[in-house]
Amino acid sequence: MNLLRVITPGPLTTVQDSGRKGYQKHGLAQGGAADRHAFLWANKLFDNGPDQACLELAFGGFEAEALCELTIAVTGAAQEILVNGTRHPGWRTVQLKTGDRLKIPGFRYGRISYLAISGGVLSESFLGSRSIVVREQIEGLGAVAAGDVIKGAQATAAPTRTVPEQFRRYYQSPVLCRVIPGYQYKDFSSADLNGLFRQKYRVSQRSDRMGFQLAGAPLTSPPPGITSEGIAMGAIQVPGDGNPIVLLNDRQTIGGYPKVGVVCSQDCNRLIQALPGNEVRFTLTNVETAQAEWQVFERFFQMSRWCASGDRLSWA
Amino acid sequence: MIECVSENSALVTLGRQISPRLTARIAALCDWLEQQSFQWLIDLVPSYTTVLVVYDPMQLDFRGVKQCLNNGLSLLQQTTVQGRPGTVHEIPVYYAPETGPDLGELATQKGLSESRVIELHSQREYQVYAIGFMPGFGFLGTVDPQIQAPRKATPRALVPAGSVAIANEQTAIYPKASPGGWQLIGRSPAVMFDRQNLSRFRIGDRVRFVPVSRADYLGLGGRL
Repeated sequence: MNLLRVITPGPLTTVQDSGRKGYQKHGLAQGGAADRHAFLWANKLFDNGPDQACLELAFGGFEAEALCELTIAVTGAAQEILVNGTRHPGWRTVQLKTGDRLKIPGFRYGRISYLAISGGVLSESFLGSRSIVVREQIEGLGAVAAGDVIKGAQATAAPTRTVPEQFRRYYQSPVLCRVIPGYQYKDFSSADLNGLFRQKYRVSQRSDRMGFQLAGAPLTSPPPGITSEGIAMGAIQVPGDGNPIVLLNDRQTIGGYPKVGVVCSQDCNRLIQALPGNEVRFTLTNVETAQAEWQVFERFFQMSRWCASGDRLSWA
Repeated sequence: MIECVSENSALVTLGRQISPRLTARIAALCDWLEQQSFQWLIDLVPSYTTVLVVYDPMQLDFRGVKQCLNNGLSLLQQTTVQGRPGTVHEIPVYYAPETGPDLGELATQKGLSESRVIELHSQREYQVYAIGFMPGFGFLGTVDPQIQAPRKATPRALVPAGSVAIANEQTAIYPKASPGGWQLIGRSPAVMFDRQNLSRFRIGDRVRFVPVSRADYLGLGGRL
């Protein structure tokens, strides 16, 4: 069913779900929602599962017209949305009537928002996922453009819900990236490791869904390149110029730069929200802590149920 | 050797020396893992000497994954890995300055004629060692030492789709237009990735380049 007609997509709007699994051997990136925290909350407002797709809006500036009565929700960097010029807060469900003008202004803090609908966005599924990786130039799987019609399931009345304040994020603080050290960690000099973990980095202009290049005092003697190998989500590559790059959802599948470790997934969700100039620091963690956090995070979204009031959840 | 990489991935290193035999073992490990239909297995990224195994930490932790991988590795050790026979691909290439803007300079640098560079590039059979960088991009080796050349100091903003290129001991075909730093010596009309068949190459496959004329290149759908 046709739900929304896009008037202005903004700088980059794509369809994203939990990503494409099992096709990296063909060179296809995993893709998927870059901030899984805001993504899962957008879906949770409708009791959608993690495989249901949302629109991922980078930087805001999105405008669309409702083609029927429907309920939407916007989470992430957009702290407010406009319906026919009237302000509504983000992180909650909002009712639209046929012909309503939805506008999501440019974001003050943060980079990414998710627009969710009940049952998820029904765009074309390719190899088990609707996620769009723009740089792969796969026919029919490009960014959302002006005039595109966003489709979804038959609109049913969705309950009114609000993400409880304790779970909302505002993306104003510096990002602390906890690093699981990798097997090449010991190949870095202690001076360079000190440099990496003691300094404040700034997000550079070269920061997108593929990766974030960080600006700071360059590491002076990163180890030489390695034989190209598969790159994990969050891997911190240090090329010869000594400036670290954290690789994210749309990263290339293999690469040969040395890697000091991997930013844990919970902190990748925060890093993608940082804007050029924002502060980033690294600190060490270990895989057991990161896995425990992953499990608690995922299980919360699987197990929690909304209370009838629509503003609280309990872990059933 | 199996190392923990992140909350949801582990790296299996099967050897240090890049060789067709090692690639066959890597392909065999990937085949074995896929045949088991492990619920915890999310993705596999084979490369020259390693396989990155992506798993679901909701189902298994690193120790569990390591144990499963070790089972697979010891099974493979007990059987002589013949490897998949590996498809042999014939890839038509129009080698010319108009499709390979680095062909002339490469020939001059190496003190060879252009036709000799073409001959040296097309007379070998290459092995597909890895797929990556972009969908369908196969890393092929190894290039004759007489025509090995490093990446360009400044990458090109746009390498046309189909470009056939060299970087040190590797050669490749760019499936789509992309920025790139490899030395361009020709172009192929072959489709390297499509939505139905995905990547034309699999690791372990072999590749031969067949020089074709301008007219044949255009006839096969090549673009200038």
